[in-house]
Amino acid sequence: MTAQHTDPLVRFVDVQKTYDGEHLVVKKLNLDVEKGEFLTLLGPSGSGKSTCLMMLAGFETPTHGDILLQGQAINNVPPHKRDIGVVFQNYALFPHMTVAENVAFPLTVRKVNQTDAKQQAIRALEMVQLGEFADRRPGQLSGGQQQRVALARSLVFEPQLVLMDEPLGALDKKLREQMQIEIKHIHENLGVTMVFVTHDQDEALTMSDRVAVFNDGIIQQIAPPAELYEKPANSFVANFIGETNMLFGEITQTQGAECDVMLSNGTSIKSQNIAGASVGAKTGVSIRPERVQLSDTMPDAANAFEATVVETIYHGNHVRVALDVVGQTDFRAMVRSGNIHADLNPGHKLYVGFSQNDCRALDPMAT
Amino acid sequence: MDTVSENQSAQADALAQQGDDIPLKVKLKRAERMKQFKAMALIAPLFLFTLCVFAIPIGLMLWRSIDNPEVVDYMPDTAIELENWSGEGLPGATLTNVFAKDLAAVYKMKKVSSVGKRLNYDVSGMRSLISRTARKFNRHLPENATIDDFIKADSRWEDQRYWKALKRASGSLTPFYLLTAFDKQINDQDQIVDVPENQAIYVNIFWRTMWIAGVVTLATVLIAFPIAYLLANASSKVSNLLMFCVLLPFWTSLLVRTSAWVVLLQKNGVINSSLEALGLINEPITLLFARPAVYIGFLHLLLPFVILPLFSVMKSISPAYMRAAVSLGAHPAVAFVRVYLPQTLPGIGAGGILAFILAIGYYITPALIGGPQDQMLSYFIAHHANSSLNWGLASALGLVLLAATLVLFTIYNRLTGASGVKMG
Ligand SMILES: Nc1ncnc2c1ncn2[C@@H]1O[C@H](COP(=O)(O)OP(=O)(O)O)[C@@H](O)[C@H]1O
Ligand SMILES: [Mg+2]
Repeated sequence: MTAQHTDPLVRFVDVQKTYDGEHLVVKKLNLDVEKGEFLTLLGPSGSGKSTCLMMLAGFETPTHGDILLQGQAINNVPPHKRDIGVVFQNYALFPHMTVAENVAFPLTVRKVNQTDAKQQAIRALEMVQLGEFADRRPGQLSGGQQQRVALARSLVFEPQLVLMDEPLGALDKKLREQMQIEIKHIHENLGVTMVFVTHDQDEALTMSDRVAVFNDGIIQQIAPPAELYEKPANSFVANFIGETNMLFGEITQTQGAECDVMLSNGTSIKSQNIAGASVGAKTGVSIRPERVQLSDTMPDAANAFEATVVETIYHGNHVRVALDVVGQTDFRAMVRSGNIHADLNPGHKLYVGFSQNDCRALDPMAT
Repeated sequence: MDTVSENQSAQADALAQQGDDIPLKVKLKRAERMKQFKAMALIAPLFLFTLCVFAIPIGLMLWRSIDNPEVVDYMPDTAIELENWSGEGLPGATLTNVFAKDLAAVYKMKKVSSVGKRLNYDVSGMRSLISRTARKFNRHLPENATIDDFIKADSRWEDQRYWKALKRASGSLTPFYLLTAFDKQINDQDQIVDVPENQAIYVNIFWRTMWIAGVVTLATVLIAFPIAYLLANASSKVSNLLMFCVLLPFWTSLLVRTSAWVVLLQKNGVINSSLEALGLINEPITLLFARPAVYIGFLHLLLPFVILPLFSVMKSISPAYMRAAVSLGAHPAVAFVRVYLPQTLPGIGAGGILAFILAIGYYITPALIGGPQDQMLSYFIAHHANSSLNWGLASALGLVLLAATLVLFTIYNRLTGASGVKMG
């Protein structure tokens, strides 16, 4: 019992996948999905997220490696015996069946009798607030409603695991945000394990317990959202999640977990040595724009420089400023609207400051 | 500034009130009228074209199935007297007198054969009776001809049935051809009865037509389905090649293709000799000029017409449906039957109805490779239209075929209409 409790629900062990025999779409995947967690696979389009999901659902076979479900290798289990709910990007609701018939489908193929299946389907529809649409055809529903039907259909047979491949991609922004919250609530209420695929970082950050960032068929970092944002492990993650300033240079001195970085224009920056690189190594220092302080007087910070305002863009609750500083002409700073203590008109001179803690010396980025 | 905006709002109010006098529905109608007019103008050429080359000719052709001009046109006075005649016994002097004069006149107009031919449809032998009598009366027309003069000209006039046939043919419209198409006739007691057994052929042929077309449609759909599936799901390289093969028959003439089957199916043909070589049969089986040849020929002919609509429907069915069904726990076979197959129904329906309609209309295939027992209704329509020149009967048989097609089409529409709602 206790041993099982700590066992992950799903385990990818050294999984590789190639479609053409030349190019690895998934390079070497080792990933555990814990029971009951909401895990998101986040990454740019073409990074192999769907491929991973389809291997888990059973529609693609790994070229190498094993996928374990509750400790059992499922490479040879056909998809219809895996008991995994899948929500596809375009919902794949059966157009010739009513909404209720769609939701009852997984039950009827499991030989649940008609009346029970119908009742359970209605209950599942009520869970997604679509009880009164039971007798409509999917084509008569809006995109958001179809999405919910697909969700109800993938949950009605109480699978231990639900996979969703960019399920919200076709919805407009407002509906998408609403659905994100709704899916999150369903996850909390049912305690079902969910693996969610998206290329939208906001979606990943708001919904997930953990996020696995994919690029080039490799997991770049897997961490809870806050950690991913605050402590990106490499420059890809730092750039992909949120916005960041990357300052390139060479490490001139290391001291424990800290280091000094000399930028190409000769400026020296005090930073955290995340990559653990030694003196002389090339590096990219990441600084989040909202961690940059602006003031009319020299700030009391580990890194403080004089800067010129290049451009200011007003965003309502915050202001984005592009600055000419440390050899960059597009150094970004973000200031909350109530927190502006400096003249931000273009051409104005002011001071920027950022602490050593907020500077993360990462790998020097491949590109 | 203020006065300007006040002015504007006053104007707006006035406009709104003006608009309020007219109900919204009327306004909408007015707005839509121009659109409708444009739409109608755009379809007008097509409408006229269809009317001129399709609806009108078909209407005229169908009209011939009840049209009965011969007696009325060439012997109008006789037609009137025939109407007046009670039909009991032999006719009186008024009718015989008028008829004799008309016969002589028709002979001079050289229209005896067309009148004789029409009457001969009803009672055989009447063509010779009419032409002989007309020739005699033309040479010598008796004053006030009586029944005796007719009997003198040809003793057959003694028989009342010739006079009854004449009376039946005297109206400007006749049910004769349509009744013939259903193997019925009106007897001398004015009752609708079955024609004698040895003349009853058309009902039989109608059912034979439906049977052959039905079997061929079913077989074609069954064979077309996997081909269309392959076309829709194979890699583009394979499906291009396959599509080329499917369309290849369209590049050769129908006659060539059908004749090729003669070569393949004959007693010593490729098929028989290969079957013999394989040891499957001991002696050649009869394929050619028999039902198997007709089925095979039709199947070959109709396959593309079913494959193409099926293909286009299957192409539009996303593979995600099958995946979704399987992921929800359905065995692939169950998923196919419950999720894929229902979505191909519009294609099966369209292809099937097309194949059926083509099959009941193509008379060339059975004519070339079928036997006498395999000829379909369309063959007889062609025969009566081209050879025997009995256009009335050709048109009546055509009407039967058209009606059968329309009935089928209505059923199909009902079925797909219901599933059309299902499709959402
Ligand atoms: N069925 C397939 N056959 C061949 N290549 C594929 C197939 N599916 C995906 N790929 C390729 O694999 C790569 C990763 O695709 P995918 O897993 O869909 O990425 P993502 O979902 O992250 O956008 C892409 O380069 C894509 O072209
Ligand atoms: Mg994808």
